[in-house]
Amino acid sequence: MTDATMNSKPGTEIRRPTLTGERLKKRYAAERRFRLYGLGSILTAGLILVFLVGSITGTGYTAFLQTYIKLNISFDPEFLDPAGTGDVAQLASADYGGMVKKNLRDNFPEVTSRRDKRKLYNFVSPNAGFDLRTMVIDDPSLVGQSLDLWIKASDDIDMLTKGYVDRTLEESNRRVSDTELVWYDKLDSNDRIESRFNTDFFVKADSREPEEAGILGAVTGSLLTLVITLLLSFPIGVMAAIYLEEFAPKNKWTDLIEVNINNLAAVPSIVFGLLGLAMFLNFFGFPRSAPLVGGMVLALMTLPTIIIASRSALKAVPPSIREAALGLGASPLQVVTHHVLPLAMPGILTGTIIGMAQALGETAPLLMIGMIAFIVDVPGGFTDPATVLPVQIYLWADSPERAFVERTSAAIMVLLAFLIFMNILAVMLRKKFERRW
Amino acid sequence: MSEKKKMAKSDASPASKATPPNATPKMKGDKVKVFYGEKQALMDVDLDIQPNEVTALIGPSGCGKSTFLRCLNRMNDVIDICRVEGKITLDDEDIYDSTLDPVQLRARVGMVFQKPNPFPKSIYDNVAYGPRIHGTAQSKADIDEIVETSLTKAGLFGEVKDRLLEPGTGLSGGQQQRLCIARAIAVNPEVILMDEPCSALDPIATAKIEELIDELRENYTIVIVTHSMQQAARVSQRTAFFHLGELVEVGDTEQIFTNPNDSRTQGYITGRFG
Repeated sequence: MTDATMNSKPGTEIRRPTLTGERLKKRYAAERRFRLYGLGSILTAGLILVFLVGSITGTGYTAFLQTYIKLNISFDPEFLDPAGTGDVAQLASADYGGMVKKNLRDNFPEVTSRRDKRKLYNFVSPNAGFDLRTMVIDDPSLVGQSLDLWIKASDDIDMLTKGYVDRTLEESNRRVSDTELVWYDKLDSNDRIESRFNTDFFVKADSREPEEAGILGAVTGSLLTLVITLLLSFPIGVMAAIYLEEFAPKNKWTDLIEVNINNLAAVPSIVFGLLGLAMFLNFFGFPRSAPLVGGMVLALMTLPTIIIASRSALKAVPPSIREAALGLGASPLQVVTHHVLPLAMPGILTGTIIGMAQALGETAPLLMIGMIAFIVDVPGGFTDPATVLPVQIYLWADSPERAFVERTSAAIMVLLAFLIFMNILAVMLRKKFERRW
Repeated sequence: MSEKKKMAKSDASPASKATPPNATPKMKGDKVKVFYGEKQALMDVDLDIQPNEVTALIGPSGCGKSTFLRCLNRMNDVIDICRVEGKITLDDEDIYDSTLDPVQLRARVGMVFQKPNPFPKSIYDNVAYGPRIHGTAQSKADIDEIVETSLTKAGLFGEVKDRLLEPGTGLSGGQQQRLCIARAIAVNPEVILMDEPCSALDPIATAKIEELIDELRENYTIVIVTHSMQQAARVSQRTAFFHLGELVEVGDTEQIFTNPNDSRTQGYITGRFG
């Protein structure tokens, strides 16, 4: 009775909702539509992801293989140690390039003209001499011997093996000439061509020669940079979030700070690069291209992300927990360290890892502080010149050699593997720290 | 119940005072005013809390009884816009004195909240938390003992003694609330404030808690906010009736429920409003 008098004017009949008819059908249809839309978007996203990963893996997997050519190499004392002293310094400074060339000529006695010889020299990696040098220095007794050895092929021959050279094209449109094809087929029919796992890709730094270029320099650079980023942004970010959320008085100033932090999260990353250039390099005079400065710049960029994520994680801790602890006579700091922070930790860690993943993929700010340099050494410390994975990808994508195309994709795969690893770590840390209440 | 019959000669004035009994009051509110921003939530409340008694604060929602309760251990401090005027003393010490540390105060005036709020830790750690942060127990054995006696006093030990290391959040609502009481008494406070401790519980759990409150009265001074007038009548010795931020009437529970002086009290306890 009371309901009726409240819902309708006195005198009108009581209307109850009908459970059949148009409205119900419409409602069901709307719900079905909504589900379909949701399913559709998930499928679209999944398809795009599969396509992306598929195309990268498709182009990139060949970079994990490298062609080797079996050649008869005689360690001729005439090149290595003409005086016959057996001196290691003499062995180290010998003309291995000349020795390789001579051995190539000996393996192909039919090649006589200057032009053909040059083509022949192009068969093996220009760095093949260095590999032989390492062998001889490790084992000086090789001098004077003659062995069948697998020598690393040049990038053009490598591309030919992997089927990226179209033999039907006119000779002038190919990187590999007809004569070279004849030599190659002869080697191939003698089982002197082999594809092996490309370990160099994982243990070497960048090089102008694609077959010599590796990812380790960039991976190390990324790791060193991220260590600096984490060490700076995690403590500062979490401290700032705790102070703002738990201790700071709510007034104009804290509002202003909050607005500014939110704005900083949206600042284009290259601006942070400019700031780093002006402040860290020009004002403080820190070394250029160094992971130290890169990490500091990325920490600036990551801070807002970590602060915002940590604040929302802290906010999500039920106030009743704070009250309970306060009511027992815990000091505000004890409340935070004993109760609020442990409960907020999963959220804080997730935010931090998202920030780190962003930092790992960032290129623009690092360009400004010189981390785009071509660096052939694996960085050994925080102040050594270094490059990072995304910059390495950018550099290789920019290189004209066909062999860098697959290496670009392979580097992207390494970067993605890194990201997946970090995400798994985030999930595991979450699981470890998660507590129900 | 050997209650000294207090006269409670209160007239209609809002600042009516119960006649002080022979014992000195444990806590004393003197012209307490509380503001939330511009809004005044309490008007000149004078209320004495007698030692080893249960004082019930009753009144309709929004009348300021919880606000007054939270003034007693300065839990209102954590609300930024809240401002407290007037004087509240604990054993004649001004608890709003700038030299007094609210953390120390809360160790002496404990609190049990409306919704059971155990920490997401083990039952043992819940009870041991207070003694640990206050350093009242030195060794593991001391803490073990405090945990056991507190849980026993809260009437929970028998039910949980085999699962002390399981999370406190896994208990039933009533058990959780008794765990919160055990946690509060583990610190050995002088006063325990209870803010509607039974409102989220079923009648059986409520009965257990009420029984517990009556036992605790021996060693502690208890102030309880309740919406249930039956509960106030059952557990308390003195009752204070709040209405619209005013303390309308305070006196012996028996007198308030049988012979209230103020017509508003009469109206509230007979269910005419509120």
